[in-house]
Amino acid sequence: MPGAAKTDSPTDAMSIADTASQAAPLLPAPWQSRLHDTLAADESVEAVLPLDLDDTLRFSEALLVLTDRRLISCPAEGDLRIWPLDTCFELHLGDHAGVASLALQDDTARLALWRFTLTHNPAALRFTRRFEQLRDALREGRPAGPIPAVLCAQCHAPLPPDEDDCPACSGTIDRPPSTWTLFRLWRFAKPYKGQLLLGFLLTLAATGATLVPPYLTMPLMDNVLIPYQNGQQIDTSLVTLYLGGLFASALVAWLLGWARTYILALFSERIGADLRTTTYDHLLRQSLEYFGNKRTGDLMARISSETDRICVFLSLHALDFATDVLMIIMTAIILASINPWLALVTLVPLPFIAWLIHLVRDRLRTGFDKTGRVWGEITSVLADTIPGIRVVKAFAQEKRESERFHEANRINLQANDKLNRVWSLFSPTVALLTEIGLLVVWAFGIWQVANNDITVGVLTAFLAYIGRFYGRLDSMSRIVSVTQKAAAGAKRVFDILDHASSVPEPTNPVHLGPVRGEITVAGVGFRYGNRSVLRDVDMVIQPGEMVGLVGHSGSGKSTLVNLMCRFYDVSEGAIRIDGIDVRSVPVTEYRKHIGLVLQEPFLFFGTIAENIAYGKPDATRDEVVAAARAAHAHEFILRLPQGYDSLVGERGQGLSGGERQRISIARALLIDPKILILDEATSSVDTETEKEIQKALDNLVRGRTTIAIAHRLSTLRKANRLVVMDRGRVVEEGDHDTLIDHRGFYWRLYEAQQRQVEGEAISPATAPAMPSAHTAGIAAEPALK
Amino acid sequence: MTTPAMDFTLTRSPFGHLCLTDAEGVRHEQVQVVRAFPIAAPDEGISLLSADGHELAWIAHLDQLDANTRRLIEDTLAARDFMPVLLRLKSVSSFATPSTWEVDTDRGPTRLVLRGEENIRRLPGGMLMIADEHGIQYLIRKLRGLDAHSRKLLDRFL
Repeated sequence: MPGAAKTDSPTDAMSIADTASQAAPLLPAPWQSRLHDTLAADESVEAVLPLDLDDTLRFSEALLVLTDRRLISCPAEGDLRIWPLDTCFELHLGDHAGVASLALQDDTARLALWRFTLTHNPAALRFTRRFEQLRDALREGRPAGPIPAVLCAQCHAPLPPDEDDCPACSGTIDRPPSTWTLFRLWRFAKPYKGQLLLGFLLTLAATGATLVPPYLTMPLMDNVLIPYQNGQQIDTSLVTLYLGGLFASALVAWLLGWARTYILALFSERIGADLRTTTYDHLLRQSLEYFGNKRTGDLMARISSETDRICVFLSLHALDFATDVLMIIMTAIILASINPWLALVTLVPLPFIAWLIHLVRDRLRTGFDKTGRVWGEITSVLADTIPGIRVVKAFAQEKRESERFHEANRINLQANDKLNRVWSLFSPTVALLTEIGLLVVWAFGIWQVANNDITVGVLTAFLAYIGRFYGRLDSMSRIVSVTQKAAAGAKRVFDILDHASSVPEPTNPVHLGPVRGEITVAGVGFRYGNRSVLRDVDMVIQPGEMVGLVGHSGSGKSTLVNLMCRFYDVSEGAIRIDGIDVRSVPVTEYRKHIGLVLQEPFLFFGTIAENIAYGKPDATRDEVVAAARAAHAHEFILRLPQGYDSLVGERGQGLSGGERQRISIARALLIDPKILILDEATSSVDTETEKEIQKALDNLVRGRTTIAIAHRLSTLRKANRLVVMDRGRVVEEGDHDTLIDHRGFYWRLYEAQQRQVEGEAISPATAPAMPSAHTAGIAAEPALK
Repeated sequence: MTTPAMDFTLTRSPFGHLCLTDAEGVRHEQVQVVRAFPIAAPDEGISLLSADGHELAWIAHLDQLDANTRRLIEDTLAARDFMPVLLRLKSVSSFATPSTWEVDTDRGPTRLVLRGEENIRRLPGGMLMIADEHGIQYLIRKLRGLDAHSRKLLDRFL
């Protein structure tokens, strides 16, 4: 979006000075004339905010203008409303369900309320910032200073004067992929240019060779058969020559055809493979947000079957089609050189067929596009149900899932039936036109022979050519469906490839030196869809410090941690590591410094050693064992029949929750990260196991910046500091004792867990200062959820 | 259901916020009104939440309220709930996403950008929910209720 930016604080003189002149907002054209009489000659426009909703939330254009002395509201209809700036004015920006609201109030009441869609949110942020600067200047009786440089809304980097997109975090592009999607495959064909050229030349030669036999029928007829019928002897040498020519051309055509097919098949297989791996690589680079929005089955279908369909199209159909086109062109040339008039008549049905193909093409393409989507739906049902089979069975919902599958199949049938109605009519019609074409040639040919314009041999040759000609047209018409199928598939594959990651790689990457592990969260806001999840979070975490994040479910703890890992990028503000914005560091380089232990440890199919070394595949066996020892996993691994070489299944079946967790801790330990994130690392195990894990964690935490999320406050007893979050904001900060004394939010959480402890009648003597893992654990969970 | 169990009073502050005074006379500022089922049953299950998100009162049905309170709540909801109902698709920029649609809604004509086909969701009862790139949700009550042109355009995305 043009000018998607907001201003920095007025004290940030550095960024203001040089670009100030560029930043003065212009009034949009239609409003200029309307405001012309209102604005005083020396009145400067400081900020504008386009509004697209009226009071009743109907779409309508309006404008809010901030000048150096007043606030002017220009509704779509009616008079301007004007408020001279006052020191007691306040602007409040809020949003709900995609609608933002801006309220103007003084110290007694609300003066006005404007609404707009989030499209204009960056402008609104800029507007309120500038408003506050002007008002504060008014309060203190000083000039407000120039309008600060326009900064990127995402990363706060100043935008270059003549560009709207931030170079650091290149904005998303709204250009839809072109309809000529298949030609975009050229990108993948390029590396194989040489092969492609060779294949093309071979195709040309092979096609030429196949066109020789009909040509030879002409002299065979005119010089041998017709004279014989007229009573002359058959010239044996001439017959041998012609038949030899026929055989030789067939042999050459066979040889060339074989070479061409082989080379082009190799070529198309490689394109298919490249397409598949490129798409997968691109997919892996997408943010978690992308995966959250897509369905697994659909993505799988795109990468596996769609790329295969494209590959088959290239190796079989596109090849045939190219041959056909060459054949038709060459045939047309030969025909025209023999007899232009007959050639013209022969080509008459061609426009009809072209028109028919054109007519059906669009309908077929949308049809195939639709069947592709429906097919994705079918696989999605499978991908939903199979991993969730325990839930399906537990609630006895097999019938319901079966109905869902039937329904998806029904829609699939429906889409295909509709498609087949068009398709089934298509081929026979082409065949009919072919027959009519032959009829026309016969009729015209006989008439020309009767007039002695052509010989019988020429007519025979024409008929022989035309048989091929129309045969090719028929098969060419078949290409329509496969091309459309492949184009639809290519579109769906390119949909993935075109999706710029919302966690983009920086264009001018900054490399991290040795990391100390200081994390700064500055004014971070995050929006998920239209829901604002984090608002204005500020936090500094010192190197080596352990910070516990506490709060109810949905308070934004996990989101904050995901932002720190750069699984998503912040909507507002910035996260910095050792003072460097994480968005300017290459993603993989940044993540190398982060160790993550999740609530549900995920083990890949492979041996335990492989799983431990997942983040550092070149780790030595000693390193793996050392990490396992530190994670208290060594002993139980040795008890397994194959030790470190034991295979663990897709989801780590065969190991208990605590064992899996300790493997994932060993995994985090092995990469020796400077920053460690524990997201509910002990929530899903029983309290005995938690103790074991806790011991492992204590090893892990040592000397690292640690951010730990836990529902059980007991887990955080080692934390230097606790940060309490509620509904997307930081509400309290401090160590356990301070927060208890404060008797605020944390105290209520703590009390709730404590009550659970007492409810279980634990004697006070054995109860430690904080609710122990033993007691608070599972019992406290419901109270906190 | 004619004698509602209303044990609270609602007023509007000069700042435009709702204030709720409960049976014990405790006054809550900045009360939020939310619909529990904004699509399936907009008039049923309305909850009044305190500024920090705790439920203060539950209204099973708008009918249970006295006229005054009902108006206050309906006004607040009207200014808050924004789910334009799509009445007509005038044109789409392309059949591949992202695609910009020119549409008529019950709240006037506008344009929206559809990021991907997955942003069109089927809801129970044949309804469709379309989320644009800024998270605004557009609702289609009945697919069959649209005119033929709109249906034809929409069908390319379903």
